[in-house]
Amino acid sequence: MTADDTIREVLADHGRLAVPVESLSDDTDLFGAGMTSHASVNVMLALEDAFDFEFSEKMLKKSTFETIASIRTAVDQMQAG
Amino acid sequence: MSAAAPAGVRVGVDLVDVGDVADAVGWFGDRYVTRIYTDHEIACCRRPGGDGPDGPGATFAMESLAARFAAKEAVLKVLRPVDHQPPWRSIELHRMTGGWCEIRLSGQAAARAAEEGIDGFAVSLTHESALAAAVVVAWSAPNEEDEG
Repeated sequence: MTADDTIREVLADHGRLAVPVESLSDDTDLFGAGMTSHASVNVMLALEDAFDFEFSEKMLKKSTFETIASIRTAVDQMQAG
Repeated sequence: MSAAAPAGVRVGVDLVDVGDVADAVGWFGDRYVTRIYTDHEIACCRRPGGDGPDGPGATFAMESLAARFAAKEAVLKVLRPVDHQPPWRSIELHRMTGGWCEIRLSGQAAARAAEEGIDGFAVSLTHESALAAAVVVAWSAPNEEDEG
């Protein structure tokens, strides 16, 4: 399973999206697609479980979780240490 | 001289599904609770178990956690962070002896409020079994140089 697959699975499970995750492009605004602020917290924690790291405080901002692409960038940065 | 925010009032409001909070507690447990809520908030929302607050079966008043999350989000709307979002734990709903709550900021949230020229907050929380909401009002004192 690729990182993108994992991110999409986490979004499907925890994102409270109003549309199927398969319909989202990498640049779709996830908050516009129905993700609430509270759901973004669940997404954050589920991503930490899936990738076995803890987001740094500087990444805990709305823009980190705004799109699949921005999440992927954050995951890449965390995995790069 | 730095450009202070103009004198005035700001309002923030947020609505949270209590079931979402219960799900988060079920999925992530203490990781969720301690990431979002301060020790004071956790103590206020804890429902005691068999042997006291932390005893077997201890859990949380989910609607109270949800109302506090809504208030934190409402404060963030008032603070209007430009890029970095202050940590949730830097915004505390402090329950007073009389039962009402006040907003207490620390760290980055307090710094952001100072940047925005905000002098004070008032908050009101409400919840039903399924939904919790909070309204936050923030105000700044008139800038003496702005007065006629």
